[in-house]
Amino acid sequence: MRTTRLLTAVSATLLLAACGANTQDRQTSDGTITVAATDTACDVGAAETAAGTVTFTVANKGSKVTEFYVYAAGDRIMGEVENIAPGLSRDLIVELPAGSYETACKPGMAGRGIRAAFTATGSAAPLTDDAKLAQATTDYQRYVKSQTGALIEKTTEFAAAVKAGDVASAKALFPVARTYWERIEPVAEIFGDLDPAIDGRENDLEPGQEFTGYHRLEKDLWETGDISASGPTADKLVADVHRIVDLANTTTLSPLQLANGAKELLDEVATGKITGEEDRYSHTDLWDFAANVEGSRAAIAALRPALEARDPALVAMLDTRFAAVVASLEAHRAGDGWKLHTELTDADLKRLSDDINALAEPISTVAALVASK
Amino acid sequence: MKRRNILGLAGAGAAGIAAAGAVTVRRRDEPATDPGAALPFYGAHQAGIVTPAQDRLHFVAFDVITRTREDLVSMLEAWTAAAARMTAGRDAGTHGAVGGVPEAPPDDTGEAIGLPASGLTLTIGFGPGLFRDADGRDRFGIADRRPDALAELPRFPGDALDPAISGGDICVQACAHDPQVAVHAIRNLARIGMGVVSVRWSQLGFGRTSSTSAGQPTPRNLFGFKDGTANLKAEEASALDEHLWVHAGDGPDWMTGGSYLVTRKIRMIIETWDRTSLREQEAIVGRTKGDGAPLTGAAEFDEPDLAAAGPDGLPVIATDAHVRLAHPSAHGGARLLRRGYNYVDGSDGLGRLDAGLFFIAYQRDPRRQFIPVQTALARRDALNEYIRHVSSAIFACPPGLPAADDFWGRSLFS
Repeated sequence: MRTTRLLTAVSATLLLAACGANTQDRQTSDGTITVAATDTACDVGAAETAAGTVTFTVANKGSKVTEFYVYAAGDRIMGEVENIAPGLSRDLIVELPAGSYETACKPGMAGRGIRAAFTATGSAAPLTDDAKLAQATTDYQRYVKSQTGALIEKTTEFAAAVKAGDVASAKALFPVARTYWERIEPVAEIFGDLDPAIDGRENDLEPGQEFTGYHRLEKDLWETGDISASGPTADKLVADVHRIVDLANTTTLSPLQLANGAKELLDEVATGKITGEEDRYSHTDLWDFAANVEGSRAAIAALRPALEARDPALVAMLDTRFAAVVASLEAHRAGDGWKLHTELTDADLKRLSDDINALAEPISTVAALVASK
Repeated sequence: MKRRNILGLAGAGAAGIAAAGAVTVRRRDEPATDPGAALPFYGAHQAGIVTPAQDRLHFVAFDVITRTREDLVSMLEAWTAAAARMTAGRDAGTHGAVGGVPEAPPDDTGEAIGLPASGLTLTIGFGPGLFRDADGRDRFGIADRRPDALAELPRFPGDALDPAISGGDICVQACAHDPQVAVHAIRNLARIGMGVVSVRWSQLGFGRTSSTSAGQPTPRNLFGFKDGTANLKAEEASALDEHLWVHAGDGPDWMTGGSYLVTRKIRMIIETWDRTSLREQEAIVGRTKGDGAPLTGAAEFDEPDLAAAGPDGLPVIATDAHVRLAHPSAHGGARLLRRGYNYVDGSDGLGRLDAGLFFIAYQRDPRRQFIPVQTALARRDALNEYIRHVSSAIFACPPGLPAADDFWGRSLFS
């Protein structure tokens, strides 16, 4: 699975290179930069390189699973490798136009990570407005690919734990696997009947429809604790996830779909996660909450250059309000994950709800901005 | 665009048609004003206080969640513009419910398309928490502008207040003859305010329980009694001046021409009241149920004779009767302008109506008006057996806006 993921990441960066700004006859640099990641440090071998194709070799020398990111302004992801297990080394090949970036290691795959400034030097022709939108869809497609890779990986692990009868491991993996699903939910929802099969809730089903997917396994794990007959459901979930990932990776969202997706992810939070309806047996709703917000932020980040050109004040407001949501949410962190929905008070939920509404209102104006000329 | 013009109607004749469609039957004793008409938004005092009480209420209290004064002020400016538009029967925003770009959510929510202004008034007030938070911090640099009269109300005996539906930093009272118009107004203001304010609680009301104009008949509350017979009325100019409007020198200048608002949600224990004898009901209130006449008189507006004794030597109007304890003579002449509404929030889990009176009173100074009156009532009123005060709030409602270059709260924040 890891090999496949790495290949998709690489092919995505090559795609980016084709669409990127590097059309002038600049010599691209192929100098490899080593990154030594531990649980407390992120030593990047160089803080500056020539614009073009850059390769980072990330060695995880810590005890926690880590991730490595290269961000442009506003946390727009230029490239990332996820799930680097302790002792392993992975490459990130990324196309960086001239500009200022940040590198980040995320030991434990949580939080903002250990950041450092990173600069790509040289010149690059600025994108035209339409090119910025085209770039947005390419950037977002890359994000989808990275998430779908992890989605398959973690869902397969989750299903294996279910089939092995390992209730404790399955319970621990359930919210982790869902994180990757929830980050890209608007993409998944395009593929009508697969979404309910994977993520349907019992009360949403029509009479005669079979209850399958994550929430069926959630019910088995938390409500009855008996997963001796859950094997076929777990197999079907993995098969369905593979099908939807294949579809997602061959679909490119339009800039308008991106904008609406960013809003829909927050609507998901406002209607399903705040109320605890989504994960009603496990109460792990805050994992989904965080993933929805991250997915929304990724979509906005992809649109950022286009939005900056059209309404910089809106971009600044979205930055502030994303930060407010993240700050409210951080108060409920528990270890590498989150508190249970049932551990939050009504006042906690009201605060989160207010912050989501404050963010979702301006985000609802992004689609019109993207559509405007 | 006027909302009703979307239906393809235009001009004065069309306005008449729309209004006639909205209200087909008018009681003969109702004033002959057009219930669809728009009321002026600008004036020396805010509309919605002495305005003849409309039939419907949506009242909302907000918590301010921003820490930035600038954000709060610009929201108040946006609110004022939307309020001026909506009270004129227009959409909340300039593009309207269907006039914007298709990719954007409309800047008006649309449920009032085709409805006339319906006498909508929007009245704003500021609560004590806007000035200092619970920890005493000066939230927006206006702590020194809090009027002394705007202090949290004392706890009254028998209070059963739910903090979740009490208090609030800012309130807006929406009154209209059509409930959809009132709800539309609050919904749009809440939406405009997202990120700056958050709805703390809101209340729907119907069937005004007070007349605020001599032209209006006295309505009934859910106990079946006429309510507000002795209310301050719009026509009593000198009494309004004495009891309703804040004078220069009463407190900070920004409140001159304003009024203090107290709201109390008073749940009625309907089922036990309904099995109380007529004689006892009338004795508790001190008035007859049919005409609303004091027990010492023959007609509604007869002045109660609080000294009158019956053949048994006891007062005709009992010492614990509601009308006696609330009477201005018991409080140095203090009077209130009441503007309450009945409410029914469905039923509770025991099958009882969750219903009562949403009490609204405006006054010049609650320390000399609402507080002493309520203290007397809370201690001794025979009605207390049948009511519970479940929510309470106080707000300072500034004077009206003279013209469109002004906005709600400008005198407070500048």
